Amino acid sequence: MNAKKELQVSAIENGTVIDHIPAEYLFQVINILGLDTCGNSVTFGNNLGSDKLGKKAIIKVADIFFEDDEINKISLIAPHAKLNIIKNYQVVEKKIVESPDKVVGIAKCMNPKCITNVEEVTTRFKVIEKTPITLKCHYCEKITDHKHIEII
Amino acid sequence: MDNKSLVSIDDYTKEEILEVLARAAEFEKNPNCNLLEGKVVASLFFEPSTRTRLSFETAISRMGGKIVGFTDSSSSSVTKGETLKDTTKMVSNYCDLVVMRHPIEGSARYASEVSDVPVINAGDGANQHPTQTMLDLYSIYKTQGTLENLNIFMVGDLKYGRTVHSLLMAMSHFNPTFHFIAPKELEIPLAYKIFMDNNNINYHEHTEFNDIINDADILYMTRVQRERFADPLEYEKVKNVYILKNDMLENTRENLRILHPLPRVNEIAVDVDANPKAYYFQQALNGVYARQAIIAKALDL
Repeated sequence: MNAKKELQVSAIENGTVIDHIPAEYLFQVINILGLDTCGNSVTFGNNLGSDKLGKKAIIKVADIFFEDDEINKISLIAPHAKLNIIKNYQVVEKKIVESPDKVVGIAKCMNPKCITNVEEVTTRFKVIEKTPITLKCHYCEKITDHKHIEII
Repeated sequence: MDNKSLVSIDDYTKEEILEVLARAAEFEKNPNCNLLEGKVVASLFFEPSTRTRLSFETAISRMGGKIVGFTDSSSSSVTKGETLKDTTKMVSNYCDLVVMRHPIEGSARYASEVSDVPVINAGDGANQHPTQTMLDLYSIYKTQGTLENLNIFMVGDLKYGRTVHSLLMAMSHFNPTFHFIAPKELEIPLAYKIFMDNNNINYHEHTEFNDIINDADILYMTRVQRERFADPLEYEKVKNVYILKNDMLENTRENLRILHPLPRVNEIAVDVDANPKAYYFQQALNGVYARQAIIAKALDL
């Protein structure tokens, strides 16, 4: 964020800022990270202007510092997300989201004849391509490409 | 127990493939034994498949095992709404091995995860049918004396044919040269071309079915299946394109053998049957020996 502009989401003292989330996926990111049920203060803005994404969302979570494998889950829908770790109102670390090698229980297999779409089975994928992210179903072995990734 | 299951042909390494083929040759010499004495095998066919089921049941019977199960889902608790998970859990309590055919893709992998005993996939929808692949490999090995450096020609439905895809993956261990003969609508999927490129496997694509087969060691014919087409017009367009007739075999190699996973419809003319290069009926018999070897491996016998 440009410091000269007025902040569109107010600053936090300590915690994590997740920036450059595609606007349409804000609530899914909140769900994946479990922020809908967390007791900490969570502030967010949606449909903010972004040169890269057109419209973006930003989330600020007070006093939570995510583990890498936890935050990497959102790479499926927000591959360009950036994290700023805030301590005492200062950015002390910047991180980018990386695609995981495996995706468990987050995405839906695009094959309608896959067992995971017929019975209650936790979906499992191997990430066979990182950009654009491409998944191979552990069960039906079909490919789900980034255009067809649906978050459960 | 997942590790003993055979769900996908990729579950076997090159060494395991060769080990099972050697074992199949032993079973061919002595098909009757009592390795499965005192063992119960559940044969769960959620959709009918007479050929595969009889082949498995023959293999089990010749090894002295007992069979329980059903031949299509109308005679099982599936009609009452039982899940695959529950059926598998329940049956795996009773038996030493599960052989399963199911129309849903990925069902076999899932069953192998919930079952307490090994699961052998006898076909899961359009996904995998590894025992068919093993009998194809055994047929190639037996007729050519090797699996290495062969010219493999595949003809017909290369897009949807799961036997084609699995055979391609399995043969990739053995430095083959592939020739794919198919109409544009049914060409080999891109994913497999990428796989072959990445693994430095030679392949050529053709749309004409003519004397290029003179270089073939193996001619693998497939049926164009009506049910694979959303549009019936598409099916009508391609169904009669690639038919093998006896006179096309005149200048082919002496060692050429013609394989077909069966059932055939009209893609191999009946006059080919008498040609010594026709191998599809023996191929089906090889399925019993290949399945005996697969069962023995799954149970560490």
